Amino acid sequence: MNAHDEERMKQFLKQALPPMGDAEPGHDQWPAMRQRLAARPTAVPWFDWALAGGLAVFALAFPASIPVFLYYL
Amino acid sequence: MRDGASNVLNEFRQGSPATFNDAFETLFRLHQRTVYGWLLRIVRNPATAEDLTVETFWRIYRAHARFDPTRGFEAWARTIATHAALDWLRTQRPETELLMDVAAPPTGDPAISDEIRRKTAEAFSRLAPKLRIAAVLAVVEELPHKEVAAALGISVTAVKVRVFRALRLLRKDLQQQGITP
Repeated sequence: MNAHDEERMKQFLKQALPPMGDAEPGHDQWPAMRQRLAARPTAVPWFDWALAGGLAVFALAFPASIPVFLYYL
Repeated sequence: MRDGASNVLNEFRQGSPATFNDAFETLFRLHQRTVYGWLLRIVRNPATAEDLTVETFWRIYRAHARFDPTRGFEAWARTIATHAALDWLRTQRPETELLMDVAAPPTGDPAISDEIRRKTAEAFSRLAPKLRIAAVLAVVEELPHKEVAAALGISVTAVKVRVFRALRLLRKDLQQQGITP
C-alpha cells in the first residue's frame, strides 16, 4: 500500500465514520455511579473457587494429608 | 485553586474513607464529561459511552491506590477509559456497532457513495479492536499520535503501525468486496 492508497483509505474511513468531536453526556452520571458503588460485587473470583475445589478433592483423596496441611496453616 | 485540586488528588489517593469518597465524587463531577467525550469517540454510541463512563470510574475507584499524582488524573482516567472501551469492543460481534453512523450526512467527497461508506464501516467493524481504536482516534478524530499512544499505553511508533495495519486490512477487505479504493 503506497502513500496515495493510504490517504485514500483515510478518506474512506473519515467518510464512513464522521468524527464525533466534543460531546457531553445527556445527563449527570453521578446517580448511576452511586448505584454502581452501592452494588459492589461480592462475587468470589473463579480461580479462588477452583483452588478451594482442588484442595477439597485433594483432602478427600488423601485424608492423611489434612493434619499436615493444618499444621502448616 | 491548584492547592485545592492537589488536596483532592491526595485525598483520593490516600485519604480516610470519608474524605476519599468526597474526593472521588469531586473528581467524578470534574472529569465525567471529558471521560464521556473520549469514550464516545471510540465507541460512537452515546448510551454505551455513558455506561462505559460509569465502568471507567468504577475501575478508577478500585485502583485509586495505584494513582500516580505526577502523571495527572485526566491522562490516567483516559488510559483506564480506553481499556474499558477495548474490553467492550472485544465483547461485541462485528457489524453490531458503528453502523448507526453510516447514515450520518457526509461532508466532503461526493464520489464516495453511501454503499461504499456502509461497506467501509462494516469492514472497519471486522478489524481487531486494538487496530480500530488506534485508527478511529488517529485518523477519524485526528488526535495527535502522542495522545493516542499515551491512552493506549504504547509507543508512538506502535500507534503508527496499528493505523497502517488497520488501513491496509480495510483496503484488502474492500477489494475482496469488489471495491477498489
